[in-house]
Amino acid sequence: MDLPRVLSLQNILSLLFFLLPASALTTGIYMIFSTKPEMATQEIQPNETLTNLKAESDTLKTKLEDERAKLHDVELHQVAEKVDGLGQFIMKTRRTLKGHGNKVLCMDWCKDKRRIVSSSQDGKVIVWDAFTTNKEHAVTMPCTWVMACAYAPSGCAVACGGLDNKCSVYPLSLDKNENLAAKKKSVAMHTNYLSACSFTNSDMQILTSSGDGTCALWDVESGQLLQSFHGHAADVLCLDLAPSETGNTFVSGGCDKKANVWDMRSGQCIQSFETHESDINSVRYYPSGDAFASGSDDATCRLYDLRADREVAIYSKESIIFGASSVDFSLSGRLLFGGYNDYTINVWDVLKGTRVSILFGHENRVSTLRLSPDGTAFCSGSWDHTLRVRDRGYHLGYIPKRTTLSG
Amino acid sequence: MCDHRCFVYEIVKMSGSSNLVAMKKIVQQLRFEASINRVKVSQAAADLQQFCMQNALQDPLLTGVSSSTNPFRPQKVCSFL
Repeated sequence: MDLPRVLSLQNILSLLFFLLPASALTTGIYMIFSTKPEMATQEIQPNETLTNLKAESDTLKTKLEDERAKLHDVELHQVAEKVDGLGQFIMKTRRTLKGHGNKVLCMDWCKDKRRIVSSSQDGKVIVWDAFTTNKEHAVTMPCTWVMACAYAPSGCAVACGGLDNKCSVYPLSLDKNENLAAKKKSVAMHTNYLSACSFTNSDMQILTSSGDGTCALWDVESGQLLQSFHGHAADVLCLDLAPSETGNTFVSGGCDKKANVWDMRSGQCIQSFETHESDINSVRYYPSGDAFASGSDDATCRLYDLRADREVAIYSKESIIFGASSVDFSLSGRLLFGGYNDYTINVWDVLKGTRVSILFGHENRVSTLRLSPDGTAFCSGSWDHTLRVRDRGYHLGYIPKRTTLSG
Repeated sequence: MCDHRCFVYEIVKMSGSSNLVAMKKIVQQLRFEASINRVKVSQAAADLQQFCMQNALQDPLLTGVSSSTNPFRPQKVCSFL
């Protein structure tokens, strides 16, 4: 036997361990000098740590609910009781855009307030002049179900995508004969369908949401992924960027019934709301940026205030049983337009929570709806292959200071 | 109200020490969300209402606009007598 080996620290200590009373001190010394002390600690701890974390997570969840409940001192419609009601509300269809061969799935306005881009199930993306109803450009995508389209802020390009799992940007040329598809640029790549896309403040970046459960921010020029946003447990169906004054955030809604507010720079989910009972099809910021509305398959639209960190209004009626596919606010935020799967558009008084008007005309589901950039009109797209541009029925004349609208 | 089933959904498929990592992420996210400052609904509602009132006159869909300024209004047709 090797003498060094016999006299090794391990062996001496083992001997001591057995000879001396099994005191905590000895055991302690043994453990300090034994091999891999961290391993020993980890073997004992993992389940405990998991349990501790689980307990902390439950405590925090309860605390969150309590904090939110504490501040729920009044309902929005109660605060708005003293506000004058909106009188009879009539809207008229001013333009009907016909030309798509199949369901219209998405549309967006150009900042020039007259051009519209729309996409449809048959793979066609069309750019319209809404004043004249002329088609200015048409692109055939290599896939069907083009579920997302967006106009670039400059008005010089459009982005679109769908079942091809990509978001592609097409520069719009003044030459009507030029083949737009030749200049196509693939920007975003997801692992499932593209559900929504939006340019940020410039033509340089695009935000996308996908059936793969993530949102992502891309650089248009290089196609590089700048930031990804993980947190939804199922398909993300919609997104909306905060009005530019309120900073770099956006809200997304998904099939997991959650609406998440994200910080665009860090990728972190800042706030999360789960009160809907089904898929959230559409989200839109309130014009001030302090709140957002959502439309869902549970046949309700809801308003969430970001500073109160909770839902503050539900827009629903027993007679409305079909899902809301798309929502948008009027310029002042007083009106909420909701397109529904029962072919109608319901107009809600945001403050009072009541329905102001119901608009007919489409012959199939309303799939998309957006206010024009100057707020004078809104456009709705439908599975009936058409788009309709509507505004108020007639000029109301003198408006008294308290904004009483009658007739 | 704030349910983090999204992370649990991932955990079900994982095992071992990655459970720990995922759980830590959940707790971190919850800690962050619990720490944000909130205002009372009465305050938030009052601000929403104020914004509506301040901008009501500039909202063309609330007030309506005259034919001359509305780009979508059908133009009146002149006829020669």
